[in-house]
Amino acid sequence: MTDLSKLTIAGARDAMRKGDVSSVELTQSYLNAIEGAGALNAFVHHTPEIAMDQAKAADARIQAGDAPDMCGIPLGIKDLFCTKGVASQAASGILEGFKPEYESTVTTQLFDAGSVMLGKLNMDEFAMGSSNETSVYGNAVNPWKVDAELTPGGSSGGSAAAVAADLCLGATGTDTGGSIRQPAAFTGTTGIKPTYGRVSRWGVVAFASSLDQAGPMTKDVRDSAIMLEAMCGHDPKDSTSADMAVPNFEAALTGDIKGKVIGIPKEYHMDGMPEEIEKLWKDGTSMLKDAGAEIRDISLPHTKYALPAYYVIAPAEASSNLARYDGVRFGHRAKLDAGDGITEMYEKTRAEGFGPEVQRRVMVGTYVLSAGFYDAYYNRARKVRALIKQDFDKVYASGVDAILTPATPSPAFALGAMKNADPIQMYLNDVFTVTVNLAGLPGIAVPAGLDKNGLPLGLQLIGRPWEEGDLLNVAYALEQAAGFVAKPAKWW
Amino acid sequence: MSIDTETARRVAKLARIKVEDDALPALASEFSAILGFIEQLNEVDVEGVEPMTSVTPQRLKRREDVVTDGDQQDKVLANAPDAREGFFAVPKVVE
Repeated sequence: MTDLSKLTIAGARDAMRKGDVSSVELTQSYLNAIEGAGALNAFVHHTPEIAMDQAKAADARIQAGDAPDMCGIPLGIKDLFCTKGVASQAASGILEGFKPEYESTVTTQLFDAGSVMLGKLNMDEFAMGSSNETSVYGNAVNPWKVDAELTPGGSSGGSAAAVAADLCLGATGTDTGGSIRQPAAFTGTTGIKPTYGRVSRWGVVAFASSLDQAGPMTKDVRDSAIMLEAMCGHDPKDSTSADMAVPNFEAALTGDIKGKVIGIPKEYHMDGMPEEIEKLWKDGTSMLKDAGAEIRDISLPHTKYALPAYYVIAPAEASSNLARYDGVRFGHRAKLDAGDGITEMYEKTRAEGFGPEVQRRVMVGTYVLSAGFYDAYYNRARKVRALIKQDFDKVYASGVDAILTPATPSPAFALGAMKNADPIQMYLNDVFTVTVNLAGLPGIAVPAGLDKNGLPLGLQLIGRPWEEGDLLNVAYALEQAAGFVAKPAKWW
Repeated sequence: MSIDTETARRVAKLARIKVEDDALPALASEFSAILGFIEQLNEVDVEGVEPMTSVTPQRLKRREDVVTDGDQQDKVLANAPDAREGFFAVPKVVE
């Protein structure tokens, strides 16, 4: 019998259709794996009953011969997605006890396609963080280990850890500044953030609405293509969702990239970047060249200003979005003292419910939007954002098909390593990914090598807007050439 | 730019987050570090640049101006920390 934990989404789909394995068997094996993986703290709410019900229904559909690709596939769902009747807390104390009366569009689409929910996954609180250390549930832990326990990255740290440790076949993630791609790179998994507007944000707890996009985190590029397709599509409930046809992404995976123009942006050579990241990037460039692509040096002159612009725009939108957590409609309300009025209720509730990083960002956002500073900070940042997007527009107009960069400036670091660093040091994790959110482009992280300690390193490919199929195909060619097959040794 | 404790106090008040007095100096210094980082944006020439309003320009969809939802009072109130007689309950707002 095949080792079920080693299956991919594509492999499981084919095996289920052939009758080699049922969704119930597959689901049970993943539930068992999750039971044994408490040390990773990836799954924070377990939903075995829902999973088994969905698996039985999926098996019936598969037997009837009319099942979509994602039918019967056991998934983990990031805690940021609202799931009906199941705790959905965005890893925050302020949403303690919140059980939505509705289902997010993404999970609705996945469940309509027959997918199975194993449980909810750990993450940074409100997706604010790059190490999964701001979670109310405690740290998620990277299955890759060198001496100390390492971060799986963030904010989709639980998703990355669960996929890397074979606790599910795929997971939903969300990406506001790199929260799919950085954890994917830290765990040797694949994750794609689609074009802004491809995937509905409805029912996904909002962080920074003009930047947030959901996407899949999977074991390989083919699985990302299959799962992304099931997540995409127009949704009247999200006014920024694009009314465009969703192509068959898996069909785009030919591996043929002859004549494609790959841009290498000079501004992504950062001072102090580890040599092995530089080398990985060079190696990746050679692989694409050998596969027949034309390599072209390009310039994205405003790259340096992406992080500072992001740290105005994202906190500004967060301060507005998170105003809804007031202790009135859902979640936590502080115990009040005699004589406390409604203002004290707000202030105490939010002080108790939000962790330090969320408080910090809400307050920074409040400051940059406050009277007298709005133009100097917020409007200036939106102008710089326009320039950052223009940089990409020009490069794509000159005939570049995709851009290759490192995914992260380092491999996974130890949990607690950034404890005493100032917040900016943590923000620098997103230096290569955040430009993509600001420009609304699709970006994918693909594992491409190991560092000197045997930890995975990822490369990022950035595509043209709405051309995820093309982007996935370039990523597929890179994946084939890189031949990354390493897995973490099981210690948990 | 350096943020003083009074500004930190004012921002915390605007954000409706209770910050104890003894936590204000540390908060002010964190704000200063973050705003110092943000101030790199002043190096950029933004003359004549329109602030971005939408990253993927598209016309907002329109629909008939009709009621499409409603009648869900129980569901709306189901997660409230304090709901009574079909309403959200809060401390007294008006004397």
